[in-house]
This record gives sequence, structure tokens and C-alpha cells, in this order.
Amino acid sequence: MSQRSTAATVALYAAAALVVAVSVYPFLYALATSFKTGTALFDARLWPAEVTLRNYRQLFEGGGQPFGRHLLNSIVVATLTVVVSMLLAISASYALGRIPFRGKGALLLAILAVSMFPQVAVLSGLFELMQALGLYDRAPGLVLPYLIFTLPFTVWVLTTFMRGLPVELEEAAIMDGCGPVRIVFQVFMPLLVPALVSTGLLAFIGAWNEFLFALTFVSDTEQRTVPVSISLITGATAWEVPWGSIMAASVIVTVPLVALVLLFQQRIVSGLTAGAVKG
Amino acid sequence: MQRTRTAWLFLAPMLVAMLLVAGWPLARTLWFSVTDTNLNDLAAGRFVGWQNYFGAYGLFGNAGYTEGFWAGDWGISIANTFKFAVVSVLLETAIGLGVALLLNQEFRGRALVRTAVLVPWAIPTIVSAKMWGWMLNDQYGVVNQWLVDWGVVAQKIAFTAEPAYALWTVVAVDVWKTIPFMALLILAALQTLPRDIYEAARVDGVHPLRVFWRITLPLIRLPLMVAVVFRLLDALRVFDLIFVLTSNSSATISMSGFVRREMIDNGDLGFGSAAALSLTAIIFITAVLFLRAARVRLAEDTR
Repeated sequence: MSQRSTAATVALYAAAALVVAVSVYPFLYALATSFKTGTALFDARLWPAEVTLRNYRQLFEGGGQPFGRHLLNSIVVATLTVVVSMLLAISASYALGRIPFRGKGALLLAILAVSMFPQVAVLSGLFELMQALGLYDRAPGLVLPYLIFTLPFTVWVLTTFMRGLPVELEEAAIMDGCGPVRIVFQVFMPLLVPALVSTGLLAFIGAWNEFLFALTFVSDTEQRTVPVSISLITGATAWEVPWGSIMAASVIVTVPLVALVLLFQQRIVSGLTAGAVKG
Repeated sequence: MQRTRTAWLFLAPMLVAMLLVAGWPLARTLWFSVTDTNLNDLAAGRFVGWQNYFGAYGLFGNAGYTEGFWAGDWGISIANTFKFAVVSVLLETAIGLGVALLLNQEFRGRALVRTAVLVPWAIPTIVSAKMWGWMLNDQYGVVNQWLVDWGVVAQKIAFTAEPAYALWTVVAVDVWKTIPFMALLILAALQTLPRDIYEAARVDGVHPLRVFWRITLPLIRLPLMVAVVFRLLDALRVFDLIFVLTSNSSATISMSGFVRREMIDNGDLGFGSAAALSLTAIIFITAVLFLRAARVRLAEDTR
């Protein structure tokens, strides 16, 4: 990896520049659009001649959709999904990662199979279940169907991680008279933090972005989550699509996510590769 | 024995949750698929046997489609889904490999490029659908503006509405969004490769392209194939991107879109469930065939 010809260097940097531009430009353009209103929207230049916050204000000013409420719904749903799947997965991964027992291989394969299942395969059954449990049309109720895609991979990643923890630690804890519950939550937990952060973030992103279940199991306007909300923003008339408001909403939904991903990118990358390649 | 009991105790909460959200609903979907259940009254469905699959208006025996199976909406949605999945996974793999090779080089600003590459992945699917819907807008979209300004086209193109372009537009947006995933997985594989082989090849003066074909590609074949399977399974169940970008028109409808339309919009829960299970079977068979052809065994370390 030492000397490189000038032509190769130029090609390398050109390729890098192209990759950066293609990756980032669409979001920058959406950001620019969100600050434009009226006829300025149709000006294709990146920097708006006049910056206005009107689109953002409109989103929260009622009238149309209660976007603030939708944002709150999404935060609640995604956070609850992370907490519930983490608790279930930590406990399960201890059994799968540390204790030998019959049927483990089959169980892990079954979990893997669930993660590959198309979600529409359970849509009608879940629809019935949500109604029977009285969770239909309630935003927090979405946590239940969301477990179908967060649990398999949190269990997989945490199991892989648990398996790698030193045996001596567990033995010492047993010698000190620790039961399994204390081993998991007091001895292993601190060591699990990096794995928990990466799987937790991926679970959060999954729940934050989910669309099919949120669209199908919630019809009440108040209870929507933000992806459904954005897909349903319409203008005053059928002919006018309020691109400014749609882009403002998109920016609000995306910025925290992009910030989180960039902040934890190292861990997300390791979570992705552990979850996918080993899974 | 004590340990085994502990294991099942620790597994129990997760297992109950999985049975509740996956096992039970799947069993119900199986039952619904052989009934004429309607969305408005789930309890009123009657058993109708194979009617939803092979009956007069069934998925695979519809006499109403005089022009053949592939002219019906179900046939169209199967064809759309496969066109979408095959083309986008091929492109994602090829471009993802390119980006991974780029990121595997040492150059100044590499960290910055890697960060930038992550951005499309971090953007929610709905948002990327809306964002590109705006950029590809037929009248005011910036892409059309460029194409006209540069003299590539004389007339602005309705990318998302025109049936000839809509599906490929969806493919393009999906490729844009998923390259990071592919690139990062491939990059992880590339970084495990032993350096001394490359040193030796360089000393022997082997052409870089030959090194790529003969050393790099065979060595990363397994992780590459696993990544491809993951993407393929994902692409075959595509729903939201197509639903939002092209309003699920029958020109671009996917299998998942078809299922949801029949179940929820048309209220035909029984027929929709039959389509959902057919879709699952199609995906399963495709995955098995692919893994056979690529000679990959998934989940080798599940001991």
C-alpha cells in the first residue's frame, strides 16, 4: 500500500468525491427545500435565496396533522421496543450463549428463520391479535408486532457476544454464591454495554422507520407514527403537493437518526456485520 | 439438569413473545388462507378449501385472466418483485463491492468518505422515497431540470408515474439506499484478508485485476454470498418504497403490496392470506435454490 501512480491517485480521489456527493446530495437538497416556500420551491438551486422557517412552524401549528403528537408516538414506540426487546434478549442470550442444552441449534435456526420471514405472512394473524388484545389503533401497541423483527437479531447478536465472555468470570461469580440472575445483570451486564448500544440502536432505527405495521394497525389520526404521517401529508387541494412541509417533516425525522448513526458509526458497523454475516 | 432448567427459565420470556407475535399469527394466517374471511368480521369466515389458491378466482387458477397468468395483477406483482429484486441486488452487489474496495484503500479523508456513505442507510425508507419523489418530480424536480439543461432529454420525464420508468426508478432509489449496507459488509470481509498474500502478489508483479479475480474474490466469496442472500430476501418482500414512491400503481405493485391491497383495502382477508403464504413459499424456494447454486451453507456455527 505504498507508492501509487499519479493517475491512480487522481482516480481514487475522484471516485471518493463522487461517492460522497451521491450519498449526501439528496439529503442536502431535501434540507434546502425545507427552507423554501411558494415559488422559491421550484428554483432548483441548492441554497435558497430566502430562508424561511414557515414549513417547520406549519407542521406544529395544528390545522393539518398533529405532527408533534406523531413525533411523540414514534419516540414512545421506538423506546419501548428497544427496552422490551433488550430485556427479553439479554435473558434469552444468557441461556443460548452460556448453557449447553439439547435443542439449542434448532432453536437458533428457528429464530433465524423468523428474521427472514416476510412480514405480510403474519399480517392477517397479527391484525386479529391486535384487535383481540385491544391494541388496535393504539400507537404503544405497535411494540408487540415490532418484536417480530427486533427480537431475532438482538438475540443473535447478544448470544454471539455472550459466548465470547470469559468463563473464569462466571466461575468466580458462582464461587461467590451468585445465582444466574445476578451473573447476568451484575457481572455480565457492564461487559455487554457495547453490544447493547449497537443492537439497541439498530432496534431503535428499525422501530422508528417501520411502515407496514404502523400503516395497517393504526387508522386513528392521533395515533400515527411519523413514517405514516409523512406518507400522508397532503396539500390544501389535490393538485398541490406541499413539498416544503414534507421535506421539513423528513428532515425532523431524519436528523436525530443521522446524528446517532454518525456518532456511533463504529458500533453500528460492528453490529451490522455481526448480525448479518454471522447470522 | 439444574443448568438445563435455568436455561429454559431464561429463555421462556423470549419464547412466549416469539410464539405470540410469530407462531400464533402465522398459524392464524394459515387458517385464514383456506377461508373466505372478510376484514369486517373476522369470526364469520367459512372454510372454503383450496378456493383462494386454485378456485375460479384463485391465485393460480383465475379463469378471468384471458390473457394468461402473467397478465393478472398477481402475476404482474410476482414479475415486478423479481425484476426489482434481481436487478437491484445485482447493482447493489457490484457497486457495493466497488465502494468497499475504495474504502479499503488508504487515503486521506477515508474516514470522512466512510461516514458519508452511511448517510443513505440512516435515512428512513419513507423519507428517501419522498425525497427522491421530489427530486424526480416530473415538473419541478431537480433531476429533470439537469437532464433538460444538459440536453440529455428534450422533454421532462414522469419518472414515478410513467409505467416504462417507474419500476426502474424504484430500483435506482433502492440501490442508492442499500449500497452502504453492502459496502460495509464487504468491507468487513476485505479487512480480514491476510496482507502477506498481497505483498507476495505485488512482489511477483501480478496484475491488480488478476489479484482481484484470483485472490480477493474467492476469499470473500462466502461473506459476499451471505450478504447477497440477506439483500435478496429483503428485496423480495419490498413494500414501503414502492408504495410511497409510485402509490402502489398496478404497474409497479410488489407481492407484499398485492397482499396488503387484497387484505386491507379490499377487505378480502382470506384471499390476502393465501397470497401472503404463496409469497412466503416463493421467497423460501428462491432462497434455497440460490444457496444451493452458490454452494453456501447458512448459519454454520449454530452448534
